[in-house]
Amino acid sequence: MATKATKLILLAALAATAGCASKRPPVLPPTAGEAPVDPNAGGYNGEGAVVPGSPQDFQRSVTSDTIHFALDMYDIDATSRSILDTQAAWLLKWPDRRITIEGHADERGTREYNLALGDRRANAAKNYLAARGVNPARITTISYGKERPVALGSDEASWAQNRRAVTIVLR
Amino acid sequence: MTLRLPLIALAALLAPVAHAQTQPAPTPTPTPGGLVVDVEGGISAPMGIAIPPMPTPEVVATAAGPTDALGRQLAEVITGDLKNSGLFKPLASGQLLTVPFAEATAPNYGGWSAAGATALVQGYVRANGNGTLTVGCYLYDTAQQRELARQGYVLPFGEWRRAAHKCADMVYTRLTGEGPYFDSRVVYVSETGPKGKRVKRLALMDQDGFNGRFLTNGQTIVLTPTLSRDQRRIAYLSYLDKKPTIYVYDIASGRQTKLVTDVSLAFAPRFSPDGRWILFSMAQNGNTDLYRIPAGGGQWQRLTTSPGIDTGGSYSPDGSRIVFESDRSGAQQLYVMNADGSNQQRISFGNGRYATPAWSPRGDLIAFTKIGGGFHVGIMSPSGGGEKILTDGWQDEAPSWAPNGRVIMFFRSTEGGSGVADLWSVDLTGVNERRLPTPFDGSDPSWGPIRAD
Repeated sequence: MATKATKLILLAALAATAGCASKRPPVLPPTAGEAPVDPNAGGYNGEGAVVPGSPQDFQRSVTSDTIHFALDMYDIDATSRSILDTQAAWLLKWPDRRITIEGHADERGTREYNLALGDRRANAAKNYLAARGVNPARITTISYGKERPVALGSDEASWAQNRRAVTIVLR
Repeated sequence: MTLRLPLIALAALLAPVAHAQTQPAPTPTPTPGGLVVDVEGGISAPMGIAIPPMPTPEVVATAAGPTDALGRQLAEVITGDLKNSGLFKPLASGQLLTVPFAEATAPNYGGWSAAGATALVQGYVRANGNGTLTVGCYLYDTAQQRELARQGYVLPFGEWRRAAHKCADMVYTRLTGEGPYFDSRVVYVSETGPKGKRVKRLALMDQDGFNGRFLTNGQTIVLTPTLSRDQRRIAYLSYLDKKPTIYVYDIASGRQTKLVTDVSLAFAPRFSPDGRWILFSMAQNGNTDLYRIPAGGGQWQRLTTSPGIDTGGSYSPDGSRIVFESDRSGAQQLYVMNADGSNQQRISFGNGRYATPAWSPRGDLIAFTKIGGGFHVGIMSPSGGGEKILTDGWQDEAPSWAPNGRVIMFFRSTEGGSGVADLWSVDLTGVNERRLPTPFDGSDPSWGPIRAD
């Protein structure tokens, strides 16, 4: 009888545990994501001076590494042209440097459409640089769609910042 | 002695027993008449149904817990499925009568009828010596005092939830006349981390949000997974090596294979119903068109050539046609074409933009994301008629159909810097909307077919 009672208690305990365990889906601990990396960081020499031709030198030499777009648009406006002109000048000065252009969209588009839209924007920037004499073979593109916003708000100012193409010098 | 007769009857009913398989018992032909749930009106007047804990002939400890606890859990899962359909109103646990094992096949009709149950689902659970469970599932009409359907399942301890889903499917199909959908899985993207740098992992779960597992570790962005009809493969977009293209994940081996190589951007993969092709979108020099490629890899074929963005394709259930979105007219609209790319016809003409079309597995409807004053999930016929908007979130996107074509899963994003995305479902009435209980946030759901074994 004693063993039977013990067994019953054990089963009751098991039942209680199983009951609790089944209340929620199994939760797995999240693994670490990609470590944040500033793609244009680096390029300092030992004394802290900028190495000519480095990504840091690019950042210092151009008006901006980023151009922006209107809603659902991918045309290069006058502001973007003047920015890309400074990028083209640097790239012509350093003809062995390769770049990638990231295309981005704001959150007000569907995911797949935004991937295509980001690709359009990156290619618009690439085509402009090529027209300014940069060999297109030096330029790769990548679209992030709406996956990597820089401004996190859900307002027109944030969306305007996120509709962008960013030029990154590869090392 | 009282247990003896039912045990023999049940043993006869459930033989033969096969290891690692669900084994439906002979299902009686449904008798005409009796209980019927109206899938339109049922939402406003759900049927009262009782699903008491399933008794066990002997309490046995198993790898999934003791059988008496499993009996309670089985009833809870069946209750959850039927309640979530919006068509049933299960009795609260306090109203449930205790069902002795001997009553599993001889219900207390009077007692259940008095408790307010029009329909009664009961059964039993038994541990077998070989690491399997036997679960019996019976549906009764308490007013007419007769059995409407029965099934038996034999499956490994760890898969006990499937017995509950299959039982719920039996009840749902018998009472509504609609196809089953509870015993199915969903592949989706699990999301964690801040909005500016979401960590995205491929995840697979049961349709009710349980039994989830992660297939990738989050070190690479993954998007838009889709399950093959045979449920052995998942096609998805991965940013591995910063080259966003389509990979195929083999579920059994965990092996991932790059499907489309040497392109700057390939995305939006969709299996053809026969599993031979994967429809996808590819950007070439800033222009995106639709292509198809053999599901095992090989040479792609171009299907569209418009200068606009053509993407978001979805096959009709017979594989003969494709619905897709294109902004060739100036804004995203829906088009239908033959599977070879011929005869492209625009079908959406309402105000706003239309995106992410998904052809219902029943063939009768196309679900989509409507953009205009927010994102909403809607449905229309394959010829573009009968448009109906089903949801009203801030940003509801990317509908995917349940295997019976009556329920749609999508993801809903919330506003602002702390905004997140979560999985939701809605039925064709638009009334029964609910959030899936995923362990983290989620997006890009793709609902698979009813599981086979």
